[in-house]
Amino acid sequence: MNAIIGQPVSRVDGPAKVTGHATYAAEFDLPGLVHAAMVVAPIPRGHIRSVDTAAAERAPGVLAILTHENAPRLPYHQIPQRPQVDAQSGEQLHVLQDAEVRFNGQPVAVAVAETLEQAVHAAELVRIDYARTPALTIFDPARGRPPSEGNVKAGRVPELGRGEAEAALAAAPVRVEARYTHPREHHNAIEPHVTIAHWEGEHLTLYDKTQWVDNDRKEIAHVFGIPEERIRVVSPFVGGAFGSALRTWPHVTLAAMAAQRVGRPVRLELTRRQLYTSIGFRPHSEQHVALGATKDGRLSALKHEVIQQVGRYEEYAETVLSPTSHLYSCPNLLARYRLVEMDTNSPCPMRAPGVVTGVLGLEMAMDELAVELNIDPLELRLRNYAETDEQKGLPWSSKELRACYATAAERFGWSRRRPEPRSMREGDQLVGYGMATAIYHSDRSAATASVALTGNGGAVVRSASSDMGPGTYTSMTQVAAETLGLPLEQVRFELGDTNLPYAPVHGGSVTMASLGNAIVAACGAAQKKLADLARAAQQGPFSGLPSEAVAFHGGGLARADGSGSVVPYAELLRQHNLGWLEAEGSAQPGEETKKYSSAAFGAVFVEVRVDEALGTVRVPRIIGAYDVGRVINPKTARSQCIGGMVGGLGMALEERADWDARFGRVMNANLAEYLVPVNADIGVTEAIFVPNDDRNFNPLGVKGLAEVAICGVAPAIANAVWHATGRRIRQLPITPDVLL
Amino acid sequence: MPPEPAQSFAVTLRVNGQSFETEIDARTTLLDALRDRLHLTGTKKGCALGQCGACTVLLDGKRVVSCLMLAAMAEGREVTTIEGLARGDELHPVQAAFVEHDAFQCGYCTPGQIMSAVGAIREGRAGSDDEIREQLSGNLCRCGAYANIVAAVRDAATREA
Amino acid sequence: MQPFTYAPVADAAGAAARALQGASFIAGGTDMLQLLQEGVAQPAELADINRLPLQGITEDADGAIRIGALTRLQDAADDARLREAFPVVTEALDLTASPMVRHMATVGGNLLQRTRCLYFRDVSTPCNKRLPGSGCSALDGENRHNAILGGSEHCIAVQPSDLPVALISVDAEVQIQHADGAERWVPVEDFHRLPGDTPQIETVLRQGDVILGLRIPAHARGRRSHYVKVRDRASFSWALASAAVALRLDEGGRVTEARIAVGGVATKPWRLPRVEQELLGVRLDRDRARLAAVWAAEGAVTRSGNAFKQPLLQRTVERAIIEAGELA
Repeated sequence: MNAIIGQPVSRVDGPAKVTGHATYAAEFDLPGLVHAAMVVAPIPRGHIRSVDTAAAERAPGVLAILTHENAPRLPYHQIPQRPQVDAQSGEQLHVLQDAEVRFNGQPVAVAVAETLEQAVHAAELVRIDYARTPALTIFDPARGRPPSEGNVKAGRVPELGRGEAEAALAAAPVRVEARYTHPREHHNAIEPHVTIAHWEGEHLTLYDKTQWVDNDRKEIAHVFGIPEERIRVVSPFVGGAFGSALRTWPHVTLAAMAAQRVGRPVRLELTRRQLYTSIGFRPHSEQHVALGATKDGRLSALKHEVIQQVGRYEEYAETVLSPTSHLYSCPNLLARYRLVEMDTNSPCPMRAPGVVTGVLGLEMAMDELAVELNIDPLELRLRNYAETDEQKGLPWSSKELRACYATAAERFGWSRRRPEPRSMREGDQLVGYGMATAIYHSDRSAATASVALTGNGGAVVRSASSDMGPGTYTSMTQVAAETLGLPLEQVRFELGDTNLPYAPVHGGSVTMASLGNAIVAACGAAQKKLADLARAAQQGPFSGLPSEAVAFHGGGLARADGSGSVVPYAELLRQHNLGWLEAEGSAQPGEETKKYSSAAFGAVFVEVRVDEALGTVRVPRIIGAYDVGRVINPKTARSQCIGGMVGGLGMALEERADWDARFGRVMNANLAEYLVPVNADIGVTEAIFVPNDDRNFNPLGVKGLAEVAICGVAPAIANAVWHATGRRIRQLPITPDVLL
Repeated sequence: MPPEPAQSFAVTLRVNGQSFETEIDARTTLLDALRDRLHLTGTKKGCALGQCGACTVLLDGKRVVSCLMLAAMAEGREVTTIEGLARGDELHPVQAAFVEHDAFQCGYCTPGQIMSAVGAIREGRAGSDDEIREQLSGNLCRCGAYANIVAAVRDAATREA
Repeated sequence: MQPFTYAPVADAAGAAARALQGASFIAGGTDMLQLLQEGVAQPAELADINRLPLQGITEDADGAIRIGALTRLQDAADDARLREAFPVVTEALDLTASPMVRHMATVGGNLLQRTRCLYFRDVSTPCNKRLPGSGCSALDGENRHNAILGGSEHCIAVQPSDLPVALISVDAEVQIQHADGAERWVPVEDFHRLPGDTPQIETVLRQGDVILGLRIPAHARGRRSHYVKVRDRASFSWALASAAVALRLDEGGRVTEARIAVGGVATKPWRLPRVEQELLGVRLDRDRARLAAVWAAEGAVTRSGNAFKQPLLQRTVERAIIEAGELA
C-alpha cells in the first residue's frame, strides 16, 4: 500500500508560490485592463445631499465616475435560501443605489481610469456634501437585544441551557464570576481584497479573492438579476482570508458595475485603510461568566452571557454559545447571547467565529475557578471532562481530549509549574505558565468532485474549492493519489473556478471533511467506470468477470484473487481507445449528525515572560496538542496549528481596532498602528496531533483543524499572565498600558 | 544638467538583469511599475505603506520595500525580484528551504519573506534564530508561519555558508 | 495622490532653489510615500535629492563624527566608528523600523519624519497639524500614542523618531545650508519646535534650507550610554516610550556628566535636564536611578488614553540609567 495520506508531503503548489508564479486575483493580465478606486463616506450615518463629479471627470485618463445618481439600478434579488456566509437577518448594502450613508467607510462612488494613479486621484476629486444624522457609535450593553428570527433559525440562538442554572449557582459552595472583553479585530490578510471584472457581451468573468467561487457567482447573479450560467468566477490562489472572503462584498458589485459602464476589464483593489470598512471584522464582545462548583471542583452551574456589536442594516451573528454548551460536564447551564446595534460596516466571520470568543470567557473563568478552589487548572478540566455532548444529548463521534491534555502537558513540562502566582522568575522577568482547552464543532457540507484518468497514466481531480493557505491543493492531491493508487506526481488537483464541480465554502474547517470524501467517491466512480468497461469488453484479462472479481490496487486493475497482473489505468484506457475517462463523485453529511456530536479538540500550554516594570509580555513557548481526527498531511496541518497560535497571540497581546465613537471610525486602520504579530514575537510554537480516526463522523476520519487551532491560545496566554503577575487581566489585548 | 520636472516620462528600469523601458507617471511606485507595467507580479502589494514587507525586493543588492519608492527613483539601479532568484528550474536555496520547511501557507507574503531572507543572509545577519527573527520582522505573515520561516532561513543560511 | 512633477536635483544649491519654488524633497521616501498615498502630503513638485553628495560617515581629526544627511539608517547602524564612539546612536538605529526601511530611510529624513498621530494620518478627521485651524481630534480621541510632554491645546502629536532622541544624548548638531549659501549649526535638541498654536511648523528649518548632515562632537565620546525602547510588540513598532541615557562617571562611580532624552512621549525629542541634574555628583546605584527617574514625567499632562505613559516613562528612564550605568 502506498501510504500517501498521513505523509508530511511538501506543498504541490510550493514551487509556484516561492518563485512568484502563483497568480492571485489582482494579477490576471487582461488586455485593456483599467483601474477603479472607491470613494468612501467619512460620516457614520446620514445621507448625501449633493455630488459634484465635474473635476473628477475632467481629470486625465478618467473613463467614468459612478455615484448613486448615475449607477445602474440593480435588482438585488433575494437568494431563496440565504447562504450561510451572509448575515442571516436584515439586508445587505445595496451599493450606489441610494443616497443613504449607513456607516463610515461605506462606498459612495467609484472612479474608473486608465491607470491606478489616475483612478485614485479622480476618486479624491469627487466632492460630496453630506448631511449627518445622529449615529449609534457607542457600544452600550444596555441596548443588547436577542438575535432576530433569521439568525435564530440559523442556530444563533438567544438562549440555551439545561437544568436550573440560577438556583444551582446560588446554592454553589464555590463561585466565581467575571466580565471579559475583546475589541474589534480585523483579518488583515496580507493580500488585499481585489476583483477584476470582465464583461464579454452578456458574460461576466470575475477574477476575485474569494473562499467560495460558487457562492460568489450566485451572489452577483442575484444582485445583477442575470442567470448564474453567464458568470464565471476564477480564484486559483487566495492570499489569506481567515473568513474575510467567505461572502461577496459590495466592492465586487462595484467592479462589475464599473466594467459594464466602461466596456473594459476593471480592477478594483481595496486599500489597506478600506479593508477596515469594506469587508467585515471580528465584532467587539463583552461577556459575563459565572461558575458554580462543589468544593472538590465539579461544576454545578454555568452561566454565560455574550454581548456583541452588530451593524444596523444587516445582522451578522455567531455561534458564540456553542463551546459553552458542551465543553464541560455541568448539569445546570444557561447561556445567553445579545447584540448591540451600531452604525458600522457589518462584522463577519473571522477564524473560529464566535467560538474563539466563547472559549475565551469560559477558559479564563475556569482558570479563576481553579485558583478559587486551589486546584491545578488542568486537573479542574479533567474533573469536568464531558464524556458526551450534554446539550445535544449525544455521544461524541470521537474525543481524544484527555490524550491532548496529557501529551501537551508532558511536552510542555506543566508539572514544573508552581501553583502560586509570582512564584517563578528568570532574571528580572516574571515567568508564568497557563493553559486552556480548545474546541471547535466539526461540520461537513455537500461537495462534488470530478476525476479524469488520463492517457498518460495520471489523473486530474477537480472541484470548485479554494486554498487560502491550509494546503487544499496538496492534501486533496494526496487523498486522490492514495485512493487511485498513483504516485503523487501523477495527480493534479484543480480548484478555484466555477467551471469545476460544486464545492462548499472553504471555511469553518469543513473543506477536508466535505470535499475529501467527495474526491474519494469520485475516484471510486472513475475506477468503477473503467472496471465496468474492462469487464464488458469482448476480450482481455477482465472480460466477463463479475464486479466483485476485480479490484484496483497498485495503480491499476487486477483480479481480486491476486492472480494475473495489474493493468495500469493508461493501458486500460488505451485498450478502449479512450484518451481519458472522467467521473464525478459527491459526498454529503448523513445520519451521523443525528447519532453523534462532532468536534475537534485541543489543549494549549503557554509560557510567558513579563517585564513588570515596563508592562511588556513575551511568549517564548506555545505547545498545543490536538485531536483533529485523521491528519492527511502532518506538515501542512502543523503549519495551520502554529499559525493559529500566532493568531491567538495577536488576539491576546496586540490586536485592537481603535474605535473613535465621534466619527464611528477605526482610527488605526493600517498595519503600523493596528499591530499583528511579527517574527520576533514568536518563540517556540509546537503542535502535536494525538492519534485519532473519526470514521463515525465521515469515511475519511478527519475533523477539520483551522478553527480549533486559534481557540484556546488567547485565554492560555491571559491565564499565564495571571500566573506570572498575580494580575487577572480580563480585557484583551494585554498591552503595557493595561498591565501598568 | 538635471531633467526638467515632469508629471510623466519614460524610464529605463533594470530588473533581474534585463532593461525595461516604460512610460510612467511621476506618482508610480516601483511596486506598481513592477506589477502593472512590467507584469512581474511576484512582488506583492499588501499595504502600499511599507508596513507589511510583501513588496520586498533587492535594490543594488539591498533589501527595500518597493512600495515606498517612486519608480523614477529606481532608474539606474539594479532591481532583483523574486522572479530573478531561481536559475531556470533550479530553485534558489532560500526558495527550496521555504518549500521544504513549509515556511508559508497562503504564499502571498512569501516572495517578500524570501527576498528579505536572501538580503539578510547576504548581509551576514542570519547567524542565529534570534537574529533571523529580528531581521525578518519587517515581513508580516498573517498565516503565522514564523517558526517555519526561521527554520527555512537558518537551513538556507547554513547551506550557503 | 494628486499629480506632481518630479525631477532629481544635482546639488544642494539646486535643491534649495527648487524648494524656494515650492518643491518638497524626497530622499529615502519611506515617510513621504506614506504621506502621499494617504493624501496627507500633496506637493506640486518633488525634488529627488538622492544624488546630492551627502552620504557617508567621516571622522574629524578631533574625534568628532560627521554623518551625511543622505546616509541610510542601516549604513549608519553598520558603521564601526559610530558604534565604537557613540553606541547609543547605533542602538537606537538598530531598533528603528525594519531592515528594509533602514536600507532606504536617510538620517536627515528621519529627523523630519512626521507624526504617527492617528488623526494626522487620516484625512477624514480634523487635525491642526495637517489642516491648521481644523481642530485637534486627539485631545479627546484615541490618544494612546499621543504626547504627555510638550503638548498644547492645539496638538499633542508625538515626533516618532528614535534617532534624534539618541542624538540629543550625545550633544549632536544639525548642519543646515540655506539657498543663499549660508550655513548654520543647530543642536538636535533645538531642531524640533513645540507645537504651540502652530503645530504645522515642526522644525527650525526655513524654506530653502537643506540639511547637510550631523556632527557628534568629540567631547561626547566615552560616555556610558544606552537606549531603551518599549513597544507593543517585540519589533517593527513605534516607541510607547524610549530613553537615551549617556553618563560619565568618575573613578569613584560618581556621575560627572549626564544627558538624558526620551521619545514616544513628547511632541519633540525631549531632553530631561531635571533628571540629569538629579544624577550629577551622586554615586550611582539603583535607588538613585529610581529617584532621579521620578522627575522624568515632570510637567506631564495626560489624557484619557495615554496616562500610562507617565509611569512607563519613569520606568523606562530608570531602566536606561541602570543599564547605562551597568547597575543591573
